[in-house]
Amino acid sequence: MMLVKEEQDKKKGELSYLNGEIIRVEGLNAWYGKNHVLKDINISINSNCVTAIIGPSGCGKSTFIRCLNRLHELVPDARVEGKVLLDGVNIYDEGIDPTEIRRRIGMVFQKPNPFPNMSVKDNVLAGLKFSGMKDRKKLDEVLRSCLEKAFLWDEVKDKLDLSGASLSGGQQQRLCIARALAVEPEVLLMDEPCSALDPTATAKIEELIISLKREYTVVVVTHNMQQASRVADYTAFMYLGKIIEYDKTTKLFENPREELTERYITGKFG
Amino acid sequence: MIKRKIYDKLFLFFSVAAFLVAVVPLFSIIAYVVSNGLSVINLSFLTEDPSATGVGGGIANSIVGSFVTVAIASLVGIPIGIAAGAYISEFRSERYSRVVRFVSDVLLGVPSIVTGILVYSLVVLSLHTFSALAGGIALGLIMVPIVTITTAESMAFVPNSIREAAYALGIRRIRVVAIVISNAKGGILSGILLALARASGETAPLLMTALGSQLPFSGLLKPVNTLTLFIFNSATSGNPPLVSQAWGASLVLLLIVLGISLGVRFIAKGRYRYL
Amino acid sequence: MKLNEKYLKYFLTAFASFIPFLLALYFIAIGKDSLLAFQKFGISFFLGSTWNPPREIFQVFPEIMGTLVSSAIALLISLPVSIGLAIFLSEFCPRRFSDFLGSIVELLAAVPSVVYGFWGLAVFVPYFLYPVENFLKENLSFIPLLSSNDGITGYNMLSSGVVLAIMIMPIMSSVCRESFLYVPSSLREAAYALGATKSEVIRKAVIGYAKQGIAASVFLGFGRALGETMAVTMIIGNALQFSYSLLMPSQTLASLIANQYAEAIGEIAISSVIAAGFTLLVISFIINFAARIILRRMRLRGSELI
Repeated sequence: MMLVKEEQDKKKGELSYLNGEIIRVEGLNAWYGKNHVLKDINISINSNCVTAIIGPSGCGKSTFIRCLNRLHELVPDARVEGKVLLDGVNIYDEGIDPTEIRRRIGMVFQKPNPFPNMSVKDNVLAGLKFSGMKDRKKLDEVLRSCLEKAFLWDEVKDKLDLSGASLSGGQQQRLCIARALAVEPEVLLMDEPCSALDPTATAKIEELIISLKREYTVVVVTHNMQQASRVADYTAFMYLGKIIEYDKTTKLFENPREELTERYITGKFG
Repeated sequence: MIKRKIYDKLFLFFSVAAFLVAVVPLFSIIAYVVSNGLSVINLSFLTEDPSATGVGGGIANSIVGSFVTVAIASLVGIPIGIAAGAYISEFRSERYSRVVRFVSDVLLGVPSIVTGILVYSLVVLSLHTFSALAGGIALGLIMVPIVTITTAESMAFVPNSIREAAYALGIRRIRVVAIVISNAKGGILSGILLALARASGETAPLLMTALGSQLPFSGLLKPVNTLTLFIFNSATSGNPPLVSQAWGASLVLLLIVLGISLGVRFIAKGRYRYL
Repeated sequence: MKLNEKYLKYFLTAFASFIPFLLALYFIAIGKDSLLAFQKFGISFFLGSTWNPPREIFQVFPEIMGTLVSSAIALLISLPVSIGLAIFLSEFCPRRFSDFLGSIVELLAAVPSVVYGFWGLAVFVPYFLYPVENFLKENLSFIPLLSSNDGITGYNMLSSGVVLAIMIMPIMSSVCRESFLYVPSSLREAAYALGATKSEVIRKAVIGYAKQGIAASVFLGFGRALGETMAVTMIIGNALQFSYSLLMPSQTLASLIANQYAEAIGEIAISSVIAAGFTLLVISFIINFAARIILRRMRLRGSELI
């Protein structure tokens, strides 16, 4: 079921050749207590493109991206082994500050989670303000540019002082994206960002994801295969804590190498 | 079948009767305090110190004393309570956190007069004087478990997604805790008010710490009167003018304490129904 | 960096550690100052009946009994009323209405105990309890518990038990009510489906299921009543001798402390007052510990705070 090692290396080589690798995961294992949820993950993620992680629920895809920004370890009893190299440096090395990593690798969650007691403006600027940025002019610039990048500026420019919780679900999710962008990350992780949204809001977020890859590397977890095929350049299929197949999206959906992948994308299970 | 129906009616009757038995004392207390107290309260009652003869004059020194002791109590109880509550909530996976939570629950049940004795033996005996400071510390120790538990409960109530959102922005844990606290501030405030209401109404721990006094407030290291001590001493004095002043002081105290309690319900908007 | 994380944890842990420290302090500091009395009187401190400052004899048997008996009277009265009230609020009253009425009952818990005491002293005892007790004495004095050689004043064990019952009712009924709310509706429905009437459903399904909650309310109410000082001091009559009659003035550990601390002059007298406090601490600690164990198992939230 696993890719043959050399084949995988070859694959990796090809992909990095195309776009330049930004994250490389080597031998990543993760546990919740005694529950072994990620088993020897090896993958290379390319910069300035959208990588989708698909798979049935419980396959470990959320856990996987939570290992990329060291969020997994915050769960009690959770444990990680292996390497995640960001620009060649292992983020799990002794002496690496996880908060620094989390600024470079931002995250958007399944359910929109704006800080309910903060205004739209404070939400966007929360990351900067809580790390001591005080330059008002800079803050105002960031506010506008991030809301514009998140396609939200026109809708909220008159509501900047309203509570973040007063926006619609789709707007809240874009607010969360703007908030993540404000700390100037290199990579943006998205954990099923549309699963709590209606189709219109979903379409808007998908459009946004595609536009973001000009400046950022996006890794998006989804259980919606159409979504993956619409937005992603590369797609990885995960099953039972392992990466079964990882390839260009078109290739993976049209001509999968693994039988398991084919059965999943044709809807035979999951 | 008829017997069973009669039984049903009896049950309803019994429970309605229990309800009436429960609320009649409340209305009786409020009615007596208001009707006896209202005629006593006027500006000079609230702003004058007791007269030297012991009759006439007002309760200004007691109001000041209550305020001072509760303020000292807040300085002791609120920071410790919030920090301990934050620890219980944010490190709840640790065994020690559960121990602290359990001990806070047990502390809640320590009789307040025992707290008075503790402060008597630690503070009064070592300073060789009854004092406003000792009274305030005693009330503060009573506030600690209340603030701790309400803080821990309302912080635990903040959804984990808020914490994750903050961590994912690269915000440091100390600030994440601050964000959680600010999201729980309604509940924490309710807890503080609840503790303030409790402290303002306490008498027993003040008997052997603040002692009570006829004189105006004159410093933290001097005995001081509070509303509750005034009520106790005057009510049991058997001296009719003093007893009627005690009704006036009771009305003032009841307004403060019930006002705070209603405030808690208003802030919590039913979410912390029991706090 | 990582140091920052650790400091936060140390900082919060240090504050949190104040709480176990405080519990230890209660036992150590109060225990230390009680030592003199315990050494001097030994076991007779608990079993003897004399409290005589001029002769420097200090024993608290009547006060221990007074504490337990007045709290037991309070429970006997408060438990049925609390259960009845909780049934009324959770089973007979529409939900919206019941929250409002429940809040009113809980407001009773916010009334300071010195105000309860004052109301008891000036209103409830002379106008209500005294006539009732006088009637009991006239007609039932063949019962030793209600006997009295001479006239009664109304300021006695029975009266303070009744006032304590009023004071602990809010906490008891709100714990009962909360545990009734936890009874799964499937259980109620199942009982109705078997053709049970409302009263049968309440007795078998609701009260049966919520037994633990009722037990917890008993322990909490008992713990509250044991340590209650002001109202008892103002109503119990503060007699230093032991009496079998509930209509005679009496004393509890808490009221003893409130009455005697001012007159305690000399090491042994002070130590004895503190030792009475230590005794009260131990009794209430045992009761509260038991209550918390039950409550924890039930995972009730909040109602015990009022």
